[in-house]
Amino acid sequence: MTKQLLKGNIAFAEAALRYGLEAYFGYPITPQSEALEHLSGRMIEEGRVFLQAESEVAAINMVYGAACAGVRTMTSTSGPGYSLMAEGLSYIVGSEVPVVVVNMMRGGPGLGNIQPSQADYFFMTKSAGHGDFHPIVLAPASVQEIIDMMGLAFTLAETYRTLVIVAGDGCIGQMMESAELPPMAATRQSRPEWAITGARGRDRNIITSLYLGPENLERLNHRLQAKLARIQANEIRYQEMQVDDADLLLVAYGTAGRICTSVLREARKQGLRVGLLRPQTLWPFPEERLAELSQQVRSMLVVEMSAGQMLEDVQRVVQGRVPIRFHGRMGGIIPMVDEILDDVTSLVQTAAA
Amino acid sequence: MAEKTTVAAATIPEIYEPVYTYPDSLTEVSTHYCPGCVHGIVHRLVAEVIDELGIREDTIGVAPVGCAVLAYNYLDVDFVEAAHGRAPAMATGIKRVNPDKVVFTYQGDGDLAAIGTAEIIHAANRGELLTTVFINNAIYGMTGGQMAPTTLSGMVTTSTPTGRDCLLAGYPVRMSEILAQTAGAVYVARESALDIAGIRRTKQAIKRAFLAQIHGLGFACVEVLATCPTNWNLEPWSALEWAKENMGAFFPLQTFKMTDEVKALGTR
Amino acid sequence: MRHIETVFSGFGGQGILFAGQLLSYAGIAAGLYVTWIPSYGPEMRGGTANCTVILSEEEIGAPVVRHPTAAVVMNSPSFLKYRSLVKPEGLLFVNTSLIDIKDEEEDARMILIPASDLATELGNIRMANMVMLGAFVERTGIVALDAVKEQLAEHLSERQQKWLEPNYVALERGAALIETQV
Repeated sequence: MTKQLLKGNIAFAEAALRYGLEAYFGYPITPQSEALEHLSGRMIEEGRVFLQAESEVAAINMVYGAACAGVRTMTSTSGPGYSLMAEGLSYIVGSEVPVVVVNMMRGGPGLGNIQPSQADYFFMTKSAGHGDFHPIVLAPASVQEIIDMMGLAFTLAETYRTLVIVAGDGCIGQMMESAELPPMAATRQSRPEWAITGARGRDRNIITSLYLGPENLERLNHRLQAKLARIQANEIRYQEMQVDDADLLLVAYGTAGRICTSVLREARKQGLRVGLLRPQTLWPFPEERLAELSQQVRSMLVVEMSAGQMLEDVQRVVQGRVPIRFHGRMGGIIPMVDEILDDVTSLVQTAAA
Repeated sequence: MAEKTTVAAATIPEIYEPVYTYPDSLTEVSTHYCPGCVHGIVHRLVAEVIDELGIREDTIGVAPVGCAVLAYNYLDVDFVEAAHGRAPAMATGIKRVNPDKVVFTYQGDGDLAAIGTAEIIHAANRGELLTTVFINNAIYGMTGGQMAPTTLSGMVTTSTPTGRDCLLAGYPVRMSEILAQTAGAVYVARESALDIAGIRRTKQAIKRAFLAQIHGLGFACVEVLATCPTNWNLEPWSALEWAKENMGAFFPLQTFKMTDEVKALGTR
Repeated sequence: MRHIETVFSGFGGQGILFAGQLLSYAGIAAGLYVTWIPSYGPEMRGGTANCTVILSEEEIGAPVVRHPTAAVVMNSPSFLKYRSLVKPEGLLFVNTSLIDIKDEEEDARMILIPASDLATELGNIRMANMVMLGAFVERTGIVALDAVKEQLAEHLSERQQKWLEPNYVALERGAALIETQV
């Protein structure tokens, strides 16, 4: 395959299809509607299932149903739609069925706007719905990375029978970038043994998130927590740049993360020893690595397109070992390299003094 | 699959014609339903229809939130438990990826006529190949007897302690009449499970609703008028009498829509 | 190192986004890293549209820049905005058919092109974007003019293929203006 100019929304949709997506259900919302539009044609072409639902509530429950039937299924949305899906997400995790959801974050709260934002970090990583759980949250920083992460998302969802959220933002969705799509993979030939497909020649399968006895429900919760612990042990992903000699560590993900690669280059040109840690999984969060790095750098700068949400995870992990500064933009504003660089310069000077 | 402990044929002298057998599709579990509740009757009707159509191994049920939340304990088919009101959406997802299976939802009035109104209307309007059994007993049973969207005017519930004042609380909603308006519905009927004749008609209607799906005709829904002795504060028999006297007037027993193709199917 | 950060800006309907995409396609064909990001939202509906295009030999970090190294401005609001943002050593391609520049406003960055008039002369005012792109490519040298033409043939919709040759002429006309200015 060769590199093509691909728009993020179309790229992740086409990638999902090529990774064997069997059923897509969705509801239009900017800034990700191109994904739904793209799949409306492509899924039918490939003889797969596409349906535009009457709401995000219905869409996620259609996905839930298809997941119970054991097919590779997903939806995509943005903030307001994601809020409506929260109920379904909780049922999906409680029922332990594999589902992938793409949330192309936009400015909030409320109707907010349609510009890029990272303000759903808490909502996705800490409180994706009622009950005790975390989804796996992947954070792509480029069109190529969201393509690759769609394959990873399905694998993780199916390996752990859980919910995987791909946390993009309007920038990743609307941007066109040189990227390469995966080759077309066939859809799975068989359904998992737990799926509801009609009890032909076997005992019936029941998929439910209802456990009336508290002992039973606690047992489920213990099992879910054990699963989360396995995910934390095995699935943390991050990218680092020039951390070995760094005095200052930038911590940022997604669009803010890629912007920080530019900040890092500029800072290095000025002789400032700056490194970057870019979490690719927001949950599980790269706690151990960040803790290690907090022993070797002199300060940190967290950059987010929010009021400071991942910041709280960084603070929790670093436990005051080094000063942490925050640079955040809200309301759909993408931070500029120069404004972050100003913070870098002053932070390095402060640390030196 | 697990062997069922049916009455051994050998113990029944051959001169007797069996008039009752335990449906294969009904599990041998005591239900959690209150004394006098008709959910058990309707579950049995669904099981009989599934048996008669020979579709037990190809049927997938979608349970609601409400008293029938545990329907999957009683019907011996693959089952999922939906979020409140979302059964038609979940069933849509299941049916679209299992087009050769028979998918039904079993929903109460709070589930279908309040929180899940959008899902049922759109599933019907899309002509989803689904069968819906809709139990209307004019009250929220599971949560303790609050007003349902189908609660009759003047009816006392725990959230209309002086009787439903429609000017304040809105009017009861006739869902079958609404669903019959959708282009995708091919069969919509209201029956009752309040007496023997009604129960027999209900079974025929449920069978027709399954057949409509099996023959790929469109969406089918059978509304069943039912009682809730516990939350109505009535003896089971009085509850049946009350329902016949009061519910039928507002919720007429009627076939609201039956396309020619459905009619041609019969119920055999 | 080949690297350019540029903005295309003008009215919706002036083919701003397409011009940026064409440059992007040519960049990929030339083996460069490319990002193209539009302003999107309500302002797309008939108002001012712009896109930021970065072409680079190295992987691209920030896909948006405060101070682009070049800008193509097709209307007055765009000119007013980017006149102050383009780097001092950068390039500002100005569509003088629609932008009135007083003598005292001119500076060394500006390349003045009556693009809309030339496009009208060539048969369709909507080709103004290609006149500008021809000039842009010729002046910056970031990709070859022929590479842009190749991509145009590939990405012009079937309905628009009849405009392929005239668009080639528009691209060449823009490029020729640079030759004569230099």
